[in-house]
Amino acid sequence: MTTPLACYLLVAALLFAIGLAGALVRRNAIMVLIGIELMLNAANLNLIAFWRFEPHPEALTGMMFAIFSIAVAAAEAAVGLGLVISIYRHTNTTDLDKMNRMKG
Amino acid sequence: MSVVFYLLAAMTIAGGLAAVLLKQLVHAALAVTVAFAGLALLYLDLDAQFAGFAQILVYIGAVTILIVFAILLTRSSDLPKEGVFSGTWAVGLMIAAGVFAVLGWAVLASVRVVPQQSPAPAVTVRDIGNALVGRYALPLEIVGLLLTAATVGAVIVAMHEKERPKG
Amino acid sequence: MATTPFSTQLDQIFVLLRDWLVGYLPAAYRPAAGAVLGVLGIISVFPALFALTTVFERKGLGRMQNRFGPNRVGPYGFFQPVADGIKALIKEDVIPFRADGVVHFVAPIVLLVTVFMGFAVLPVGRNMVLADMDSGLLFFFAMGAATELSVFMAGWSSRNKYSLLGAMRGIAQMISYEVVLLLSAVSIVMIGGSLSLSKIVEAQNSYTGIFPHWYVFTPWGLAGFLMFGVAATAETNRCPFDLPEGESEIVAGYFTEYSGFKFAIFFIGEYLAMFSLSGMATTLFLGGWSAPLSILNFIPSWIWFFGKVMIFIFVFIWVRGTLPRLRQDQLMNFAWKFVLPLSLVNLIVTALWRFMGEGWLRWVVSTAILAAFYVLVGRASFRRKNIGLRSYRYAE
Repeated sequence: MTTPLACYLLVAALLFAIGLAGALVRRNAIMVLIGIELMLNAANLNLIAFWRFEPHPEALTGMMFAIFSIAVAAAEAAVGLGLVISIYRHTNTTDLDKMNRMKG
Repeated sequence: MSVVFYLLAAMTIAGGLAAVLLKQLVHAALAVTVAFAGLALLYLDLDAQFAGFAQILVYIGAVTILIVFAILLTRSSDLPKEGVFSGTWAVGLMIAAGVFAVLGWAVLASVRVVPQQSPAPAVTVRDIGNALVGRYALPLEIVGLLLTAATVGAVIVAMHEKERPKG
Repeated sequence: MATTPFSTQLDQIFVLLRDWLVGYLPAAYRPAAGAVLGVLGIISVFPALFALTTVFERKGLGRMQNRFGPNRVGPYGFFQPVADGIKALIKEDVIPFRADGVVHFVAPIVLLVTVFMGFAVLPVGRNMVLADMDSGLLFFFAMGAATELSVFMAGWSSRNKYSLLGAMRGIAQMISYEVVLLLSAVSIVMIGGSLSLSKIVEAQNSYTGIFPHWYVFTPWGLAGFLMFGVAATAETNRCPFDLPEGESEIVAGYFTEYSGFKFAIFFIGEYLAMFSLSGMATTLFLGGWSAPLSILNFIPSWIWFFGKVMIFIFVFIWVRGTLPRLRQDQLMNFAWKFVLPLSLVNLIVTALWRFMGEGWLRWVVSTAILAAFYVLVGRASFRRKNIGLRSYRYAE
């Protein structure tokens, strides 16, 4: 184990930025969800890395945080994609730029 | 610095980049799967076996499948005529670059403060299980409640309204 | 070596063989070489078992349907898989003109890799497990979940309506029954207190008199075992859950557009998934490699493991020869409205069993709860079900 903590944090930061770019740049609602998932994953990588390098890993703080975060992300994906499908049924599109009306 | 880490980091970043850049949505979903797998392997590299396998099970087994299902159900696998990138893509890109700059600066500035090396922690699955039902019992219950609520919510949101005539 | 009894040597013959072969190498390379030998063992034994199983399946189905089955190649047709293999190898590999080349190519590889990875944690005999991981059960199910992706990749990349329909059916079915599969395995973890498969087998490897302490001989274990069996049948797309590849409706489902060796890979993958899930059911509920009676312990442990797996395979074949195919909505209703609630009730029963202590009372209570639930939900609610028009709920 020779990789320093900073390397993991940099990878996580890059992944977070990529996810953010994906969420902001793409038109499709599903693509935005994929971007958000990438951002959540980057945060998880940070949590696990901090757990690995903290002075008391046996307290499992970061690990627990990551495991709960994975569970919450699964719930988020299910609800988010349910919303996308529901919106698609109303407007026949998943293009976010076309979803500019408050009335269905 | 190990070769394994570089390979896994490259795989993860490449998967993420491909997911954002690929035009075809199904390809993007498959690319994001590569990123998820790379992250799972990074967790294994960080001696977090349980989290790594949970990552594979939840992300590759469930989230990706959900995403591809949503893509197929909304007919998003056909390429749109007006392009896949939003009209304000330059702004989004700048925001993302700014965020990365800030995060990268923070990480590099803290290199001397945080510990960079530490021995591999000896944590077994039994410890994780005991922590989950001991110290973290309340969060566990809350997550259970949240998952139930999310399941019910997702079903209700995506369900057909029976009264509404088709069309 | 000379002091150990012959039966122990026979039991450990593969371990001894590996140690003997590895012993020629310098000490630094020994763990890696041992792992390589283990992998070689897995990727040679299970495909060989697959070849054998195809003959048994075709001959067994033939017997059930009052015909002979393959009987031309070799004695009693036992070289049929060799002929089939050669045929698959020399056939032209057709890729549809509009197919997505890369995804089309990668799909069978993903399937084969993930299926083989699952075998790594299965204890096929005493001291015979390739990777004795602390969270082996989780690893197994993670790999099983990853195979679903290859089904989607194959179906989508073929650009064929039958492939896509087959893939959609396959994923919907696999993801539904995956939940049941996991939940029925969770009760084992609750009692055994470990995710390590070799520890789960060890926990069952004790005897009262001559009878073993297998989990299947408890009320919750029996219920879990049956649910695991149903879910495993659905996971591997076997009859009566073979809608994803129902020949009379959608040609061959998600691998319709595959030919030659890639088609053979999908075929092998299905059987390997059958082996690995049978092995998992054996490990979880039937005591893995432990002998069914304590007086039979002189027979090597690996014979018991593979014997139990082959019994499973026979039941798979038997069911295929007996039951008609379900309909998609029946399949989904069965998974979500009956098996899943039953598996949740089974978890509660398992917890009760764990905390009620020894004695006959827990037998009565667990059996009563499970039987009552089965009668109430399984019988009563499905009795007056008029089977109307099928309704598919896709977004439109």
